Amino acid sequence: MEHFIELRDICKSYGQQAAVCNATLELKKGEVFSLLGPSGCGKTTLLRILGGFQYPDSGRVIVNGQDITDLPANKRPINTVFQNYALFPNMTVWDNIAFGLRVARMTRKEINVEVDRMLELIDMQDHARKKPGEISGGQKQRVAIARALVNKPQLLLLDEPLAALDLKLRQRMLIELDNIHDEVGITFLYVTHDQGEAMSLSDRIAVMNNGSIEQIGSPVEIYEAPGSSFVAAFIGDTNFINGQVKEKIDHDYIRIELEEFNSVLAWNDKQLNPGERVDLSIRPEKFRLFRNKPEATPYMNAVEGTVEDIIYLGAQTKYWIRVGEKLVSVQQQHGRFLLDETPITWGENVWVCWHANDGYMLQRFDEEDASMLPLPPEEDLEDDEEAQ
Amino acid sequence: MKKHNKPYVEWLLTLPSLGWLTLFFIIPTIIVFAIAFKPAGVNGGIGEGWTLESIRNLAQPSYPEIIFRTIWISVVATAVCLFLSTPVAYWLALQPPQRRQWLMLLIILPFWTNFLIRIFAWKTLLHSEGWLKYALVSLGLVSPDAILLYNSGAILVVLIYTYLPFAILPIYAAAEKFDFSLIDAAHDLGASRIHAFFSIFVPGIRTGLFTALMVVLIPALGSYAIPDIVGGASSEMIGNKIAQRTFVDRNLPHASALSACLALAVLIPMMISLIGRDRRFTKKTGGKKA
Repeated sequence: MEHFIELRDICKSYGQQAAVCNATLELKKGEVFSLLGPSGCGKTTLLRILGGFQYPDSGRVIVNGQDITDLPANKRPINTVFQNYALFPNMTVWDNIAFGLRVARMTRKEINVEVDRMLELIDMQDHARKKPGEISGGQKQRVAIARALVNKPQLLLLDEPLAALDLKLRQRMLIELDNIHDEVGITFLYVTHDQGEAMSLSDRIAVMNNGSIEQIGSPVEIYEAPGSSFVAAFIGDTNFINGQVKEKIDHDYIRIELEEFNSVLAWNDKQLNPGERVDLSIRPEKFRLFRNKPEATPYMNAVEGTVEDIIYLGAQTKYWIRVGEKLVSVQQQHGRFLLDETPITWGENVWVCWHANDGYMLQRFDEEDASMLPLPPEEDLEDDEEAQ
Repeated sequence: MKKHNKPYVEWLLTLPSLGWLTLFFIIPTIIVFAIAFKPAGVNGGIGEGWTLESIRNLAQPSYPEIIFRTIWISVVATAVCLFLSTPVAYWLALQPPQRRQWLMLLIILPFWTNFLIRIFAWKTLLHSEGWLKYALVSLGLVSPDAILLYNSGAILVVLIYTYLPFAILPIYAAAEKFDFSLIDAAHDLGASRIHAFFSIFVPGIRTGLFTALMVVLIPALGSYAIPDIVGGASSEMIGNKIAQRTFVDRNLPHASALSACLALAVLIPMMISLIGRDRRFTKKTGGKKA
């Protein structure tokens, strides 16, 4: 299938600094696609190139088979919801929404119909005559979306649209955005640094880092099968386990000699041979904790450690377990009434278990990415004690 | 803004500037208005008692022409200044900060040279043997026997030259605070750069435009040195007339009457616009509270 929107080998640099490097993206018609990455990763540059506010140094932008790389923003079938909304302060809500239609020289009657339809979509009929300064942040957000959508763009760009809203409003707007997308069916390109927003809204996500795209996939693929240590550490929490292949157990499984602790089993989905380096990412919730060594089951790993730190979060608890040199982060869901149990506590000896399938072999590993992972709150505790 | 609980603190803070303005602006203005109703003294001083002599004298047949000329020259100069300054301010505000500082320095550079010297420099430039005239003739833009000096055109050019930086500064100050993502938004919604400039940028910097209007129009209406040096007998402005009444005729009441007229011509429209703005403002905030 011909892709609806394509970015081919986009490069853009500011002076010596490369903002985006060889970025290639393909968007399907009607999907919600997110560009996710930390600030300065080049996602906003890509969005501005798509919107026509900046031109790439090289590469092409293609929408619906038409090369629009050299078209200015006002000639593109693309509209944008800006980060700070960029509503025109001297115009009412109604005039803001009508702006694009007036520029397109539609008749007064058509404009009335379209603007009223949009006001209904965002449920702002009662605020049509207000100026942007007189409405709340969430309402501004909705007006900004309506102002863009009224032009019936082929692609809607959303530049961190929820960044300026508080948490509760952000969650509500997220649902609203999803509803609006269902209603209009236009392709959305959503730029954010918030993994939660990207995961809950998108059909597919491109994770960016340092100007290049690290991985493209569905939220599940990105979370469960991260391509690189950056993706694994940026989205959610994880544990990196590095070692060497010791032997092949059978066709699918290998035994790994670890730098930090015992040898463990892992599913060999990269078909590695003995002697090769392995970088595993294991999510904290994949582990199970036991007081006593569980009975051995096939392809189950069990390592012994001591509880170093605990954060109780209600629905679940986070543990940091010292296994040899390594601090393993473990997350356990509480399925049972916790007060009836004797919970695992500081300094206890425990067994950390996981199935050989639950780790994921990373294609690329960078030691630095481990610094993104949350550390146990040791220092905070000491400070508190001193204060008391 | 933080509101002081004690009203006297606010008064105390306002007092120095209020005192200064009263002493050097309000009282002198009242004196000028008062002298207009005094008879002229024999030796150029002010006589005893009160009279409407000077006010009646304002009906002189030569005045309407001078007043009309003063107004049109000032209005055209102001319009040209605003028209030229707005794109400059727009462009300036988009420059990287480092370069912006250099450009600002270039804009205020003329102030390093004395105002009068700069006007005399224009006299040399516009002189029939001056190189500007020569350049324009050789480009075929003016005929060799055209006179560029001692007319309203010369006054206009020098007025624009003098007040352009004064127009650029307040407009730039407003443009610097302008949110340029609004231009992107307008562009995104299909507006051309020109359309976005007029429908979004210009309304967005209207306070700066208003300040520039005041800063250029008021001194232009009262200009004296420029028409005196580059203007001629047929291009007198009110300022010249006031000077003539003061220094040549030594008739202070007549000069005061003319000055009062000029002051009122500036003050009345300003008051009206300020009151109008105030009313709109209170209406808005009042509506918000309700």
